[in-house]
Amino acid sequence: MTTMTDPPGQGFRLSQLIYDTRYRSLTIQVVAMIVLMLLFSWLVSNTIHNLQTLGKDFDFGFLTQPSGYDINQRLIEYDSQSTHGRAAIVGILNTLLVAVLGCALATVLGVIAGVLRLSNNWLVSRLMAVYVEGFRNVPLLLWIVLIFALMTESTPAPRAFRGDTPDASMLFDAVAITNRGVYVPAIHFASPFFTNGALNWLVVLVVLGASIFAIQRLRHWATAKQEATGDRPTTWYLILGILILPTGLLMLLMGAFLDMPSLQGFNFGGGIHLRNSLIALWLALSLYTGAFIAEIVRGGILAVNKGQTEAAYALGIRPSTTMNLVILPQALRVIIPPLISQFLNLTKNSSLAIAVGYMDVRSTLGGITINQTGRELEGMLLLGLFYLVLSLLISGVMNVYNASVKLKER
Amino acid sequence: MKNTVILGALTVAGLAAGAASAATLDDVKARGNLNCGVSTGLTGFSAPDANGVWQGFDVAVCRAVAAAVLGDPMAVEFVSTTGQTRFTALASGEIDMLARNTTWTFSRDNDLKFEFVGVNYYDGQGFMIPKELGVSSAKELDGATVCIQTGTTTELNLADFFRVNNINYEPVPIETNAEAQQQYLAGACDVYTTDASGLAATRASFETPGDHVILPEIISKEPLGPLVRHGDNEWGDIARWTLNALIAAEEYGVTSANIEELSSAPTDNPEINRLLGTEGELGAMIGLEADWAKKAIMANGNYGEIFEKTIGENTPIGLSRGLNAQWTEGGLMYSPPFR
Repeated sequence: MTTMTDPPGQGFRLSQLIYDTRYRSLTIQVVAMIVLMLLFSWLVSNTIHNLQTLGKDFDFGFLTQPSGYDINQRLIEYDSQSTHGRAAIVGILNTLLVAVLGCALATVLGVIAGVLRLSNNWLVSRLMAVYVEGFRNVPLLLWIVLIFALMTESTPAPRAFRGDTPDASMLFDAVAITNRGVYVPAIHFASPFFTNGALNWLVVLVVLGASIFAIQRLRHWATAKQEATGDRPTTWYLILGILILPTGLLMLLMGAFLDMPSLQGFNFGGGIHLRNSLIALWLALSLYTGAFIAEIVRGGILAVNKGQTEAAYALGIRPSTTMNLVILPQALRVIIPPLISQFLNLTKNSSLAIAVGYMDVRSTLGGITINQTGRELEGMLLLGLFYLVLSLLISGVMNVYNASVKLKER
Repeated sequence: MKNTVILGALTVAGLAAGAASAATLDDVKARGNLNCGVSTGLTGFSAPDANGVWQGFDVAVCRAVAAAVLGDPMAVEFVSTTGQTRFTALASGEIDMLARNTTWTFSRDNDLKFEFVGVNYYDGQGFMIPKELGVSSAKELDGATVCIQTGTTTELNLADFFRVNNINYEPVPIETNAEAQQQYLAGACDVYTTDASGLAATRASFETPGDHVILPEIISKEPLGPLVRHGDNEWGDIARWTLNALIAAEEYGVTSANIEELSSAPTDNPEINRLLGTEGELGAMIGLEADWAKKAIMANGNYGEIFEKTIGENTPIGLSRGLNAQWTEGGLMYSPPFR
């Protein structure tokens, strides 16, 4: 254009920082940064000042001191002479245990409830609606306490199993449900390969994993054959054999036997003791988060165009196959991202464990250790760091999975 | 640029506010009430009555301090704390003093940076168990499930006791006494362990106290007393000498019945005169009014009266004085002289 002229050759004026759109956003960012840093430095200096006033220092040495307290549920060796650091690890493992169990059960419950809520069967869909709304709209803490109370108040004490005509008896002589938890048979090895019990189980798991891999190869082969010839070879007996035989043989070699729980003194001994605190926390977390996951699954399914279902039906595919092979794979793309945040919620909610005396990391490191050593700041920082790292790990892993199911654009 | 100046000024103001912290005594006077940490409810020691007014042996100490400082025994804001939250509440300044059957130990005094102002109950850890289990000694408890309040010294004593005697147990961690009581009565644990006085208090609230026995073993020393934060010696002195005044009053025979008469004019016992402020200037030395001790004693009576009213033999809890009798009667209660 001819009317365009060069801007007047003025120098840079200070007011341009606010009134000139080229610089304004930069100015705002710099100011915000300064304010943020001032605030942060104030927080730090305030902390240091207050610690000094209290005569306290900032030191993680307490982690190497003997803890002095016992923990009932421990997945690794621990006693009251172990260090506070080890007590924290016992707590971390307990947190991880309930988080993994909870995420697994919540997913199963959520997917089933979410699919069934869309069922054409009036009763089934309404029942699922009751489940979802009931659990979603009542605070989690209440569910934890309620389930725990039900389990301690309505089940018999171990002493009810005693005597010639006991008030209570074990299920199939193998499972004892008491007000202190459920005792189930444990598998022990008479002639183990390793003295460390965990290594034996690792070997079993590796063999089992190899079997499952072999089964998948077999399925591939069957599918390839079906595509080539139109005939699918019968494979179920092969699959069953591959699944059971190697693992079974290995366990026989190691002399596996069932260790049945039995009444010994005050309590049941032998077997595996699933404490009420674990079961209550696990069930409550799963049922509560499952209700949210059900809604996510329902939303994901509804997000898939109805035309997909109709096209599948038009091809003569059955409803169940349509759901498994057409709808759910597409719905997963919508489901996974909010599912990640539900897993994170469940993991962090597991810190409500203290309500039922479950010894998670919040109860050991963030509870008793802080209380006995007076290291609130250090303990809480460590606790925060742990939950942060755990949450980032979970979302990292789930994001990798999300990348594998999301729409591939080629 | 203007924004930065304003925010900068705000930051400076915030810094100044954070740095300024007055002495506890001034804080309490300015606030007009005393923030006192107590338990979440232990009959006889600290529990609200039917009208919602806190009553009990530990509560009486709070009321005496409030009376000495503010002249009004009811000017107390009670804050319930669990075994786990009590120290954080005190360290953070949420409460001015803690009177929650708390054991005086070396590490709490030095590592947690608190100051125990004395002992108002000499206790020891015991075990309670249903009679029907037929256990007569704590050493027969191999394999038992034990309810234990977390964040207490009893938790550590328990671990030590079972380890030293080489027997196993299953700890069930519990937050509050009420929760422990519910678990114990439901049979979720065989044994409940805490300070013997706490066991007596808990048992007293059962429907059938006779069905439960407290085992003879006392496995630890638990000197229970009120405590304040480290570093404010004036405030610590006030709490310490208020407690001493209650104990001394019993020794000298000053009761809520005769205190008006004894304080109206100097008596022939100079110790009583100094205690009640009719002679000398002890009140000024501690930064309070001359009749501070009189007000403290009038709040609930002397130490012996408080004991009898809240946990003594005529109450459902039924504790005898034992170690907590005056030193003149063979106990450990001994106040330094008021001179």
